[in-house]
Amino acid sequence: MGMTIAEKIIAAAAGAESVKPGDIHTVELDRLMSNDGTTHLTIDMYHQLKNPHIADVNKLVWIVDHNVPCDSVKTAASHKKMRDFAKENGIKFYEGAGVCHQVMIENHVTSGELIFGADSHTCAYGALGAFGTGVGCTDYLYAMVTGHSWLLVPETLKFNLTGKLKEGVYARDLILSIIGMIGANGANYMAMEFSGEGLKTLNMSDRIAICNLCVEAGAKTALMEVDEITLDYLKAHGREPKYSFKSDEDAHFAKVYDIDLSTIKPIVAKPHFVDSVVDAKECVGTHIDEAFLGSCNNGRLEDLRVGAELIKGRKVHPLVRFLVVPASAEVYKQALSEGLIDTFMEAGAIVMNPNCSVCWGSCQGVIGENEVLISTGTRNFKGRAGHKDSFVYLASAATVTASAIKGEIATADMLE
Amino acid sequence: MGKIFKFEQDVDTDQIIASQYIIYPTIDEMKAHTFESLDPDFAAQVQPGDYVVASENFGCGSSREQAPSVLKALGVKAVVAKSFARIFYRNAINIGLPVIVCKDLHENVKAGDDMELSMQEGVVRVNGKEYECTRLPEYMQGILDQGGLIASLNKS
Repeated sequence: MGMTIAEKIIAAAAGAESVKPGDIHTVELDRLMSNDGTTHLTIDMYHQLKNPHIADVNKLVWIVDHNVPCDSVKTAASHKKMRDFAKENGIKFYEGAGVCHQVMIENHVTSGELIFGADSHTCAYGALGAFGTGVGCTDYLYAMVTGHSWLLVPETLKFNLTGKLKEGVYARDLILSIIGMIGANGANYMAMEFSGEGLKTLNMSDRIAICNLCVEAGAKTALMEVDEITLDYLKAHGREPKYSFKSDEDAHFAKVYDIDLSTIKPIVAKPHFVDSVVDAKECVGTHIDEAFLGSCNNGRLEDLRVGAELIKGRKVHPLVRFLVVPASAEVYKQALSEGLIDTFMEAGAIVMNPNCSVCWGSCQGVIGENEVLISTGTRNFKGRAGHKDSFVYLASAATVTASAIKGEIATADMLE
Repeated sequence: MGKIFKFEQDVDTDQIIASQYIIYPTIDEMKAHTFESLDPDFAAQVQPGDYVVASENFGCGSSREQAPSVLKALGVKAVVAKSFARIFYRNAINIGLPVIVCKDLHENVKAGDDMELSMQEGVVRVNGKEYECTRLPEYMQGILDQGGLIASLNKS
């Protein structure tokens, strides 16, 4: 029996000839990413160990991105703990460089790697053909101390993509459609694999947006076939693949979905669940107070270009705060050099430093009681962006920008 | 015997412990805010030995380990759900908070009912009835029996 990409990566990391879904294997990890959401607790647990040590410090990457620059004395204490520990132990450390997944993809991840990240959206690394999976701080600590962990081999759902997205439809609409189709636990414990001719029409930014959101269907990881686009990206960033896996012809998939990209429409996910998706047109006219263009899902240069093109020569609605937050310092610099930041500022947007921003509700930009946000962020859970009684709609960069201009949910084709 | 606190489907970890609290220095400082958005009285009312019973996909969303940790810190004895999101499930076992899947329990019990759970037998007893659970894989039960992953690390 052949193997899927997920099975091949686990087999390689376990030193096994082959693995099958349901098996539990001890695996060597290639990288261990952690951010300021939980690292302070990991450090406390580390100090309580009988024999605290780090198996291989070169595997560790720590990134301050959730509250940056820090917003309270309590946060400052947690950040200081993380900063000091990283310095004392020689851990690769970023602060202000951007959202952790974007920083990892720009600087560290390569195809065929097995990566634990103390953040659920670690599945984004599948865009480069790497097996990234989210873990808690105990799992993280165990892997940091031993260099390995245990992993149950997941079943794989295959998404065979054909065709091409229509003008004005984005990867964001595609993955929200898929989550709506299979549900918030439709891929629970499973790997989601994307392949087919349609994949070749999607650039690296699209691929990251798709893989990043797969955890919202419960997926353990997301994986894409390594192709020319992957190899070009790695080469441009000075990296080589570790492995370039494709699933075998006779690999077993729990289910295969055929998706014609040309059938996808602009989508909105309504409060308070990512799988509550509807045609964006159904939400047109919904009042908004704030719009957010950013996050590890949709804060890359390509997304900022979409927003800037729509808002050029137009203004943000006077009753709306429009937050524009590049996903990384690299993205920010490129957006500056292309004049995108000027365009956003001339239109009245609030441009912020790279960070997770209002995609998680504990930083600048949070919304108040009964307020409504339209967002390119990852989640629309109750209270996710601030007050427990507030509302988040998820949509593409185009729909979010059009809504910021109109002052209510609108699609890009509605702009005069 | 413990009391049931009942929740519905797709309870995400932001509802278990919201983002503004997870950055607090310790779990003890966070725990009073457990389930604040869904049941503001939960943290004050729950007693050591009580149970959380939920429907499908409990613990979806963020990988924050603070979610099972605040439940454990409040003395919740176990979470019994129709299904769990995988990161929460794994985190709970890793920190030594028992979690178990029981397909038939949620519809047949109400908040405040007295309940008893045997992880070893994989059986829940409520209102004189028994409900079969899906027992944990041996490997995971082993981690739980040792008191969690860190406890097992300290023993090895």
